[in-house]
Amino acid sequence: MAKPKFAIYWAASCGGCEIGFLDIKEKILDFDAAAELVFCPCLMDTKYSDVEAMADEEIDVTLFNGGIRNEENLHLAHLLRRKSKVLVAFGSCATEGCIPGLANLSTREDIMDYVYRRSPSVAPGNTVLPQLETETPFGKLTLPAIHENLRTLGQVVDVDYFMPGCPPVEEQIWAVVEAILSGKLPPKGSLVGVNPKTVCDECPRTKDVKKVKAFRRPHLVSLREIDPEICLLEQGLLCNGPAIHAGCGALCPRVNLGCRGCYGPAAGIQDVGAKLAGAIASVIDSDNPAEIDGIVDQILDPVGTFYRFNLAGSFVGRRVR
Amino acid sequence: MTTITIDPITRLEGHGKISIFLDDAGNVADAYLQIPELRGFEQFCIGRPVEEMPRITTRICGVCPEAHMMAAAKACDAVYHCELPRTAKLLRELLYIVFFVTDHSTHFYALGGPDFVMGPTAPKAQRNILGVIHKVGVEIGKKVIGMRGACHDIIKQMGGKSVHPIGALPGGMSKGMTKEEQAAILAKGKEAVEFAKFSIGLFNSLVLENKEYVDLILSDSFTHRTYNMGLVDAKNRVNFYDGDVRVTGPDGAELAKFKPADYLDHIVEHVETWSYLKFPFLKNVGWKGLVDGPDSGIYKATPLSRLNVSESMATPLANEEHDRMYKTLGGKPVHQTLATHWARLIELLYAAERWVELASDPEVTGPDYRIVPDKTPDEGVAVVEAPRGTLFHHYKTDEKGLLREANLIVGTTNNNGAINLSVKKAAQGFIKNGQVDDGLLNIVEMAFRAYDPCFGCATHALGRAPLRVSVHDHRGEMIKDLRR
Repeated sequence: MAKPKFAIYWAASCGGCEIGFLDIKEKILDFDAAAELVFCPCLMDTKYSDVEAMADEEIDVTLFNGGIRNEENLHLAHLLRRKSKVLVAFGSCATEGCIPGLANLSTREDIMDYVYRRSPSVAPGNTVLPQLETETPFGKLTLPAIHENLRTLGQVVDVDYFMPGCPPVEEQIWAVVEAILSGKLPPKGSLVGVNPKTVCDECPRTKDVKKVKAFRRPHLVSLREIDPEICLLEQGLLCNGPAIHAGCGALCPRVNLGCRGCYGPAAGIQDVGAKLAGAIASVIDSDNPAEIDGIVDQILDPVGTFYRFNLAGSFVGRRVR
Repeated sequence: MTTITIDPITRLEGHGKISIFLDDAGNVADAYLQIPELRGFEQFCIGRPVEEMPRITTRICGVCPEAHMMAAAKACDAVYHCELPRTAKLLRELLYIVFFVTDHSTHFYALGGPDFVMGPTAPKAQRNILGVIHKVGVEIGKKVIGMRGACHDIIKQMGGKSVHPIGALPGGMSKGMTKEEQAAILAKGKEAVEFAKFSIGLFNSLVLENKEYVDLILSDSFTHRTYNMGLVDAKNRVNFYDGDVRVTGPDGAELAKFKPADYLDHIVEHVETWSYLKFPFLKNVGWKGLVDGPDSGIYKATPLSRLNVSESMATPLANEEHDRMYKTLGGKPVHQTLATHWARLIELLYAAERWVELASDPEVTGPDYRIVPDKTPDEGVAVVEAPRGTLFHHYKTDEKGLLREANLIVGTTNNNGAINLSVKKAAQGFIKNGQVDDGLLNIVEMAFRAYDPCFGCATHALGRAPLRVSVHDHRGEMIKDLRR
């Protein structure tokens, strides 16, 4: 029997999902024995024209990482949807927008204006901006248009499975690959590569023992003040754990830093910010509304903290004028 | 007029497209490497608390997140005007040096190396890490996978995550090191030295003993006389984590040596209409277009550049190898782009030796791995050497430490001009009389691959977000109206 064909593609991404995939270590040899990688620009020389030439659904499984930021990303999303039997939104960007989704807090014009005009290192007085078409003495050069906002894969094409994580951790990647190879796939539309419940359920720290009078920033609390055994949120250190899907093994709290949410909203949570507001309210040691307001005001960047990974995929989704 | 496009360029990090224009005789009239994307990091970092920058800017690049974490953390230290305890510096540099071992190994075995192991014109389905493993044998494959895996495990142990680690924050690291962890990391470092020696041995036998490859390395098609840039220590030796930025000319003479905070006196970015990626150049030389030579401000910041701007390597074995390379290639500076692969392996050996030095230091397990900054934050610049070039992070904050402005010049962006020169010259050297095939086009791709470019990094690109969120509790009652 022919080996199943896999593709790993990156749209507006960082390459971390590819490195995460390599982190399955020696199992890469098992993967090589059981499957054929036919397209992965990070690691092999298959070109877009080679993919265009494939029959529809010739690729068995595409692990698609990165968000949809420009015309090239969009084209590849449609192309790979057509060429793949199973399309997996692989990692936080494709699933919910991830950190590049924070760009939706700005307009495309703001971004272009900063990068090519206001940045302190750009040539003073520069008026040149990248153009979709440039005529050179010998021919025309084209660039894909940058979209107004970053979208998730599921916002532009039909997606079979969603796998969160920035990047997904090696154990989850291998578990999903094994499930695919053995044909044990859950119903279409499922979240895969996660564990039940929330990050708190995987966190070794103890909860429900303390209430806080203040929220503090991690670098402004001395290391001797941080109790290694107790919930960070209950020590006044912001942690998104209560709202975030289990799956990573609570990696960040294990090194004394709060979760920022790269595994996305836990099951049943519609809005991470709303859920966290509840969790935060529950640890505040006060009944006085004015005092509570004062304590909550110590959270300096609620949008950038609560929606760090899921802004593009959230209800809000982008800057609202 | 015929146009040939290579889309996408492959075995690198990020996106790029090569367009080659042929004249009526089928020879190369012009060639461009275009970067098709922009993600806007500098804009959306505005308003974020500065201590989150090491956790945000990592997502510029998943191949070298450690570089962005370290540059960001050092820029935070500078913003807060704080001096780190020695233990904190040792831990940071140790994590960073372990990262260099995995990153340089990945390039040699998975990205750039397949061109030499499999051959530049081998069938395209074989020119990759799996092809390499099939050819050199699964035992060597396992050795490479094992070393990479060990490095990622150490990065996870020290920094919390193996990809996009988080442990560095203003004033130090979030976690210390136990003596047991130190012993295990030291033992692994000794293995890394052997691994680096093995890799250089492989390079000797596969590349340097193959006349065809040596001729290719020395060929004019892969040679450019540009300025070079890199970070050096007080003795003008290569350093990845800290030091001054040194720039030397095409003749090797020092043009400048400057502190990170003075980078705007030395670097300016030019914009072209045909690429989203800017073209940095040396301010005191000037932008003369895509040309090389002493009158053109184009510079390279690569492993080879770092060796070119340094007087020696800070560890003994790497220094021997450094001397051997320059003796073989005719002294400093070396301008043959493909020699960057050799320089990268010399840096791999240096990183492994430095790993052993740092892991042997008794203070690495000290209790003071972080201090609390006590000064008012305002502005700071930091530089590290990313594997693929000098990386600048520059932040301005308000008195609370919220970002007001961020400017980043990343490793690969430095090389944008030089990479374009290299691609055009290689295309002109190898595409003649309309004869083009996959193998020849791969040789053109080898011109950029020597730089180990990371166009993901390069296309990071910031605003105040007047966003308002009303936060409701689980009963639907609004408990807070949040806005910035």
